Amino acid sequence: MGGAVTTLTPVLTRNWDQADSFTLAGYERDGGYSSLRQALTMEPSAIVEAVKDSGLRGRGGAGFPTGMKWGFLAQGTGKPTYLVVNADESEPGTCKDIPLMLANPHVLVEGIVISSFAIGAHQAFIYVRGEVLHVIRRLQQAVAEAYEAGYLGTDILGSGFDLELVVHAGAGAYICGEETALLDSLEGFRGQPRLKPPFPAVAGLYGGPTVVNNVESIASVPSIVGRGADWFASMGTEKSKGFGIFSLSGHVTRPGQYEAPLGITLRELLEMAGGIREGHELKFWTPGGSSTPIFTAEHLDVPLDFESVGAAGSMLGTRALQIFDETTCVVRAVSRWTDFYAHESCGKCTPCREGTYWLKQMLKRLDAGQGTEEDLSTMNDIADNILGRSFCALGDGATSPIHSSIKYFREEYLAHFTHGGCPFDPAKSTKWGA
Amino acid sequence: MSSTSHFPEGSPYDVETRQRLEQDAKEIIARYPKTRSALLPMLHLVQSVDGCVTQEGVNFCAAVLDVTPAQVTGVATFYTQYKRRPMGDYHVGVCINTLCAVLGGDEIWDALSEHVGVGHDEVTEDGKVSLERLECNAACDFAPVMMVNWEFYDNQTPETAKRLVDDLRAGRPVPPTRGPDSLCTFKQASRVLAGFPDGRANEGVQAGPESVVGLELAKEKGWEAP
Ligand SMILES: Cc1cc2nc3c(=O)[nH]c(=O)nc-3n(C[C@H](O)[C@H](O)[C@H](O)COP(=O)(O)O)c2cc1C
Ligand code: SF4
Ligand code: FES
Repeated sequence: MGGAVTTLTPVLTRNWDQADSFTLAGYERDGGYSSLRQALTMEPSAIVEAVKDSGLRGRGGAGFPTGMKWGFLAQGTGKPTYLVVNADESEPGTCKDIPLMLANPHVLVEGIVISSFAIGAHQAFIYVRGEVLHVIRRLQQAVAEAYEAGYLGTDILGSGFDLELVVHAGAGAYICGEETALLDSLEGFRGQPRLKPPFPAVAGLYGGPTVVNNVESIASVPSIVGRGADWFASMGTEKSKGFGIFSLSGHVTRPGQYEAPLGITLRELLEMAGGIREGHELKFWTPGGSSTPIFTAEHLDVPLDFESVGAAGSMLGTRALQIFDETTCVVRAVSRWTDFYAHESCGKCTPCREGTYWLKQMLKRLDAGQGTEEDLSTMNDIADNILGRSFCALGDGATSPIHSSIKYFREEYLAHFTHGGCPFDPAKSTKWGA
Repeated sequence: MSSTSHFPEGSPYDVETRQRLEQDAKEIIARYPKTRSALLPMLHLVQSVDGCVTQEGVNFCAAVLDVTPAQVTGVATFYTQYKRRPMGDYHVGVCINTLCAVLGGDEIWDALSEHVGVGHDEVTEDGKVSLERLECNAACDFAPVMMVNWEFYDNQTPETAKRLVDDLRAGRPVPPTRGPDSLCTFKQASRVLAGFPDGRANEGVQAGPESVVGLELAKEKGWEAP
């Protein structure tokens, strides 16, 4: 992309302005399910190769190469293989999969059929968070329409390939987005993470080899099959190929969904979104949800790809760009995120269960101005004790706002002590405030 | 059992209800390779009858899935959407996660809670409205966000929030911003969550305005994927 102006690349979002985009008729009018027809004439292994060659990396946060994950599936276990789509979308700030499934559920269904064919799965699930009723209706209808049209069920389009697809609604628990907790939940248990290894690719759902992929990852597969791995790889950066949906929220003039090549910068995205809201300036932002360390205005030109964001000290995560201007108190923001982690900690391991509880208590005190500089070291220590020592990545995520906010905004914490409370006026940060 | 129960006793299902539930349960169980996977949808199903999880519902789930009531309780208490007492006809949530809170969710919560006179997970005396402080509902670009019976009410203010609840209580219909043409009840919503479509998927917008800002800009500028 070197130097050239980055432009938006609508692929998954391309039909979202059509009133019937979510119907089978609307989707097919736009060429929908032609990639499936093509895929069914290919060798399954050739599809896996194409996904590998495309460079597609998981869009659910961790960025693991999708084709490689498929390649790890245990063979000859005697147990059925499963595809499970992670549609739990609950990481604070993340808001891309939900509008995708509302407006374009068929691209996900088509991706599921192609991906299942590629990995030899005959049973697939969409695990969708339960708090999004209309999205669930749209998914249920898309699946029913796909059965009716012969894209699901037995002998799909005369290929001899069979696939059953079930839409499964969760019941409110962030931890169920973690892939092994999701599998436990789907099996009818409390959603608590499992010990890895074995990884789901070896022993996942019902102990069978299982691929768990994010909604957007699977929804990208039809375009890779239809337009080619090279086409996909022509977008993005060297190690972060393709396009992704960037979700801008907060103090920006036009918040919303922007589908662009990986490697675009926040400066470019803000330009497209009309900038920070009138009369204000950027203070801090998350590149990929609350579990990714915050950035500041000094990071406006960091290419939003996996490597560059990592090198700058954060993570690309889910491209959930939550943007806060100078009216926002960083201590308040971190305190609220920490409440969330304490609330959502599943309680299975001590560092996370106890650590998030203590962090929450301390932040309450600090926000009220009843802390000392010493407390900042204590918080860093508690966070150090969670990071890398907890059973799953929820605990690690909880430490991101703590460490990064103390790193960039130590003075602001101190100002709470000298001021004897929060020096900010929350009314100024509201959408209707000045 | 009842003295240690996490859930209200609930009245015993009459013959007709039980038969219908058994029929639904069969359908749910048939979706899955293993029976136990039916538990989450089954709990949504009993909520669609009772308005919350009751001991009667727990026992029913246990019986049809061949697990113990204690096992069902262990699962039901883990997930926030399973309620331990009946929620209002309109279960109203305000997102108070950081992004929404900062953009005004905190102000909305305070105003609404005072206006309605109940707090988190509480129900008004007339049984019409319950309130809940919600975590991020994946709609941050529409902040501040509210949900009623798990339908989206985007871009709220303290005034629109109070009016919304007043209208609902007075029986004046207020359609969601991204959802069907009218609200269904908490019980009806629970049935959809159990996997029984209500035939309303075609209603409402395909996308909210914020969802298409990028697409509209691309069209205006003539930008496309290669
Ligand atoms: C606490 C927690 C919550 C998560 N939530 C989600 C989620 O809502 N959706 C998602 O796709 N991945 C989520 N993940 C990541 C998944 O564990 C997993 O990496 C991902 O679904 C793999 O799909 P991908 O390779 O296509 O990205 C979460 C992880 C953690 C630790
Ligand atoms: S890190 Fe937290 S969420 Fe993950 S297993 Fe431990 S207690 Fe549960
Ligand atoms: S923070 Fe409220 S919807 Fe995401």
